[in-house]
Order: sequence, then C-alpha cells, then structure tokens
Amino acid sequence: MEYVFIFIAAVFVNNIVLAQFLGICPFLGVSKNVPTALGMTGAVTFVMILATLVTFIVQKTVLDPLSIGFMQTIVFILIIAALVQMVEIILKKVSPSLYQALGVFLPLITTNCAVLGVAIMVIQKDYNLLESVVFAASTAIGFGLALTIFAGIREQLELSSIPQGMKGTPIALVTAGLLAMAFMGFSGIV
Amino acid sequence: MGKKLESSFKNMVLVLFLVTLVSSAAVGVVNTLTSGLIEKVKIEKQVQAIRAVVPEFDNDPMADTRTVETPDGGTLQFYEAKKGGNLVGTAIKTYTNNGFGGKIWLMVGFNPDGTIYNYSVLEHKETPGLGSKMDTWFVKGAKGDITGKNPGTTGLQVSKDGGNVDAITAATISSRAFLDAVNRAAKALAENAQ
Amino acid sequence: MNNWQNFTKGFFKENPTFVLLLGMCPTLGVTTSAINGLGMGLATAFVLVLSNLAISLVANLIPDKIRIPGFIVIIAAFVTVVDMCMAAYLPSLHESLGLFIPLIVVNCIVLGRAESFASKNKAIPSMLDGAGIGLGFTMALTLLGCIREILGSGKIFNMTLYNENYGMLVFVLAPGAFIALGYLIAFINRIRKTN
Repeated sequence: MEYVFIFIAAVFVNNIVLAQFLGICPFLGVSKNVPTALGMTGAVTFVMILATLVTFIVQKTVLDPLSIGFMQTIVFILIIAALVQMVEIILKKVSPSLYQALGVFLPLITTNCAVLGVAIMVIQKDYNLLESVVFAASTAIGFGLALTIFAGIREQLELSSIPQGMKGTPIALVTAGLLAMAFMGFSGIV
Repeated sequence: MGKKLESSFKNMVLVLFLVTLVSSAAVGVVNTLTSGLIEKVKIEKQVQAIRAVVPEFDNDPMADTRTVETPDGGTLQFYEAKKGGNLVGTAIKTYTNNGFGGKIWLMVGFNPDGTIYNYSVLEHKETPGLGSKMDTWFVKGAKGDITGKNPGTTGLQVSKDGGNVDAITAATISSRAFLDAVNRAAKALAENAQ
Repeated sequence: MNNWQNFTKGFFKENPTFVLLLGMCPTLGVTTSAINGLGMGLATAFVLVLSNLAISLVANLIPDKIRIPGFIVIIAAFVTVVDMCMAAYLPSLHESLGLFIPLIVVNCIVLGRAESFASKNKAIPSMLDGAGIGLGFTMALTLLGCIREILGSGKIFNMTLYNENYGMLVFVLAPGAFIALGYLIAFINRIRKTN
C-alpha cells in the first residue's frame, strides 16, 4: 500500500516537472513530437533507476560509515556521469537497435537535474532501498507522462495560428503552465 | 595558449585522480570550518522555536528533554522550560501526516495546567497563501485563536466538525491537520504528566 | 572582444535565461519571491566566477576525453562549498532554496560557460564572463521573483504593497511560474526586435 502511495504521489501529485521544476530543459527541448518524447522517457527511466540504486548503495555503504556526507554532490554527479557513459558503451555493444532509439538522448541526461535531484531526494526522505527504487521509477514515469502529454499538445500547437511574439518558447511555457494547473487538481489525494 | 595534454590512458587517470583529490581536499577543509557553525545554527533554531512557545525560562530546555511514544507508534520530543527550578511550560515537537501536502511539523507550548501557551510552525508543504497561513491564523487575537484552550485528551476540532476553532478560509484540510498535530501533543502531555 | 564586452554581454545580448533559455529549473523553481530569486542568482554567479577561473587555469592540463567529468568535479566542489557556507551563514535562505543549491552542479549555464568560454580563454576574461552571465542570471531571477511576488502575494522583498487577499495566488504556485516566464520572454523578445 505504501508503495502505491509513493507511486501516486510521484507521478501525479508531486510531478517532477510540473510541480517540482526538475528536468525542465529536456521537457522544453525534446518535446517537439511524441516519438522523441517517448525515446527520452525510456532513456531517463533507465538511467534514473540505475543511478538511484547505485548512489543509494554508495551513500549507505561508503559516505555514511565514513561520515563524509559533505562529499555527496561530488560523488553523486561523478557516479551519474560515469553511469551514463557506461550505459552508452554497453548499449552500443549489446543492443544496437536500442542504442539507435535512446543513444542521442543519453549524453543529455548527465545534466538532467531530475536524475541528480531524485538521487538526493531519496536520501533526504530517508527511504529504504526498495522505496527508493519505486520512487525513482515512479518519478521517471511522471516525467514521461508530462513530457508525452506536452509533446502531444505541441504537435497540435504547430497547426494553430499564434501571435508572432508568442511563438516558440513563450507559448510552450504558457501551455506548460496550464498543464501544471491541471495536475494541481491531483493535490491532496494522498 | 599552451599545448593540450595528450589523451593517453595514463594522463587521463592521473589527471582525473588529481582533480578529484584536490577538490575533495578543498571541500573537506571548508567542511571542517563550517560544520561546527552549521550544527550551532540548527540548535539555535530549535531553541528559538522553544523560546517562542513557552513563558520565559532560565534552564536549558534542550537538556531537559524526554521522548514520549504515542499509541500509533510515533515519538514526540518534550522540552521542559523551568524558571528557578519550577516548571513553567512544556514545548512539544509534534507532527501530523494529514496535511494537504504531507507532513506538518509544529512546536506547541503548553502551560503547566495543560492550556496552550503558543505554537510555531517548523516545517510544512501546504499551499502557499492558503494552508500556509497557519503560522499566523491560530495565534493569540487572531481568528482561529487556540491559545488558552485546553485540548486535554478529547482534542480540539474545527467548527465545521462541531468544535470551536475557526478553520482557515478555504483550507479546512490544512486546519484539521494542524489541530491533529496539536491534539497529538496535548494527548501525549495529558497521559504523560509527571 | 574586449573585457567590458565579456562582462556586459550576459545582461542582455546573451542573457542566459531570456535569450539562451538555459538554467530553467532554478528559474522556475525558486522564484516564488524576489529574495529567493536574488539569493539563488548570486549563489550561481559565485559558482560561475570561481569555476570559470579555476577551469581557465587548468584547462590545458586536462586531456580532451575526460574534459567533461573533470569540469564537473571542479564545479561540484565549488557548489558544495557554497552549499556549506550558506547553511552556516544564511540558514533561512538555504532552507527555502533547498534542493536547488546542490543542483547548481547540473545547471547547464555553469557547464556551458566552462566548456564554451573558460576552457578557451585566459583567467581574467573568464572571470568577467562568469560574473556577467551570473549577474544576468541573477537579474532575470530577481525580475521574475518580483513579478510573481507582486502579483501573487502583494509584496515585494517582503514589503506589503497591497492586501495579500487580493493577490492572484496562482502566481506563487507552480502554474504561475510557467505562465509568468512565458509572457516575460515574449515581452523581452519584443523589446529585442524593436532595438
């Protein structure tokens, strides 16, 4: 039951993009059409779960026992950067087709603040290993949901006539604002 | 500009190792300089919160603490404020899980007779402008004044639920949650009086 | 480009928020009030100046292939230093900025400047570049913070302008952040065009 709460909270109530403002860059950058959005979602989900798992274990087995918690930021970002690089190399060798689909997004993920954000959040919230993984997966799904809906709207937006000054980023941001408003309807359910 | 160092394996490992080493050393130095201060700031904040919710005292309430378990498995921190050795008030760090945005942490101060002296909000994630008004809504002289009331073991309720505390306009859930936290403290105090 | 241009370009011509559209997460996340925007902007500017300086000095010693991880470690070290100093000296601001302080590490502006400017230039221009971009970012965040605070809660830098009950609450909440920034960018585009 507890895991269901974590899931619902992370996907809908505290949506990583629309309520917590993490991962805005890919949200605005790779949301021009739905297939790209889905590719990005896949890559983020993969890296986010893996990164949270590894950083959690490192925090509990290395940083905490040595009480060098202040090294958290440096260690976590190094782990994430290394992980992204490794995933890229392994994917290239093992599954070229998957690499084709996700490859272009992987380098962008190191600087996706959602990944580092989730890794730090699970430590702050004092989750255990399983809760952390569930939280990471749910957050990634929430990210994907917001990104895909947004991409769908933007595809339609291409076809409508928009005042000159609002074209591009401004209208995208206002649309995101309306989407965030819709997601606010979920607040208070858990 | 000078020549770039070559990307040989030896160079890469060596440079990355050195960069990490120097960075960690720098961070470590700053940490030893600031960690004491950060700890002090945290304690100071706690003492300030206690000072705000109980009458004037002359002991160190951080030293006069006890931990009390509630029936549902949670724990509350009691801080006892004394003047000249006599108990003048008890500050209780309490919480509720029922907030609109999750957990709410309060520091509630009680007079020795169990009436509420004052409270302060430590941490919350309520909606800004609505539920977040709880830091001023329930104080002395305000609309939802809870000071001077004695929740005892029965607890306070918002007027909508038949109680006598006015809920924050448009934030009944936050108000209920707030009173839940207060009641939790009051009940624990009534049941664990010395 | 002379030093003066290196410094001033960050304010308008290459403003990281309004023109380059970088660092959107903190821009939207912390600007519920002007003071938060200002604090976040200055923290980022501080990191930018120091990391640009450090990276311009050591860039030639770092082999190309590990350039990015090397830069990130240097940036992360400065961010941690800022994080700890803020926790010690400005605890209330540190609390309201929360998670966004460690996340300066992944702010695209910082790595972007390291990669595109500091690694190719000498120390003094790099520092000025960092200061200019950092202050431009601070300006953008403070401006957005002011707008949201005035519209949302009727205050500016915590001074009451009108009764809070008449404020448009939505501007303090998440949707207001997107909408306010959207219109602000449209407005700035308009000014840039007429110039």
